[in-house]
Amino acid sequence: MLELSLHILDIVNNSVKANASLIKVTIDEALEKNILDIVIEDNGCGMDEEFLASVTDPFKTTRTTRKVGMGLSLFKAAAENTGGYLTIDSKKNVGTVVKVRFTYDHIDRQPLGDMSETMVSLMSGNENIDFLYEHKRNDKSFTLDTRKIKEILGEEISLGSPEIVLWLKEYLKEGLNELLV
Amino acid sequence: MKSLAELEAIKNKIKNQVDIRKDSDDDTVRIVVGMATCGIAAGARPVLSALVEEVGKRGLSHVTVAQTGCIGMCRLEPIVEVHAPGKERVTYIKMTEEKAKKVIAEHIVNGNVVTEYTIGEADK
Repeated sequence: MLELSLHILDIVNNSVKANASLIKVTIDEALEKNILDIVIEDNGCGMDEEFLASVTDPFKTTRTTRKVGMGLSLFKAAAENTGGYLTIDSKKNVGTVVKVRFTYDHIDRQPLGDMSETMVSLMSGNENIDFLYEHKRNDKSFTLDTRKIKEILGEEISLGSPEIVLWLKEYLKEGLNELLV
Repeated sequence: MKSLAELEAIKNKIKNQVDIRKDSDDDTVRIVVGMATCGIAAGARPVLSALVEEVGKRGLSHVTVAQTGCIGMCRLEPIVEVHAPGKERVTYIKMTEEKAKKVIAEHIVNGNVVTEYTIGEADK
């Protein structure tokens, strides 16, 4: 995909389908180490050992509309193209963790891209799921915990209301811009 | 500067309008955007964004925008389906941000299906 944020959007949808109630997305841009790490962790239904062993195989999928599931294999290829890797660990009824590492300055590394649009799409489209988004860049970091947002909003106002979505988008954009300063 | 305090203010503003927003489910128009790997790779994220923004800007409280998985016609992604009560489902294909805005304006608001963007036209 053109941006890593699109891969993240794709893989987090796996966590959504696994009926996770809490999904953690952690990004670590460690420029001094020349590393970009992305971790997607969920408390969804998980996979048994047999499924986990071949899950990055595109022909291994839980989908019914098609015999292929390309999300993980594409993300893995993207990481490996930069000399990185993708590891996935899972336990049935506990959850799954996907860890992806990229060589930061590798010429074949796609840009991280618009994380605010990815996170807003996920948060507003899955109001019943909580997200903990942590983005570190060198010594700066930005965190957004939807549980905190929902606490402020209370029961009646949904995260999907247009005004909230707009606020979320701007809040994320500004917060992430601060990391670049 | 956006802040959490600002969120409180927005919340209070919306709270007063919540009752007006509670339409019956029978009137709800559901817009569904394909967001599987195929859709995302083809550019569904900005389409979803544009739809949500337009619905919000125009205050279309009877319209919901939802995401779905692979619809099964990957080469035609990004796909947007419009489910209006009592009407036939309309399937828009190869959508873009601009087309999405046009669909909201012409189809959702004015009631005229944008036939040139639909799957029916693609076979011709």
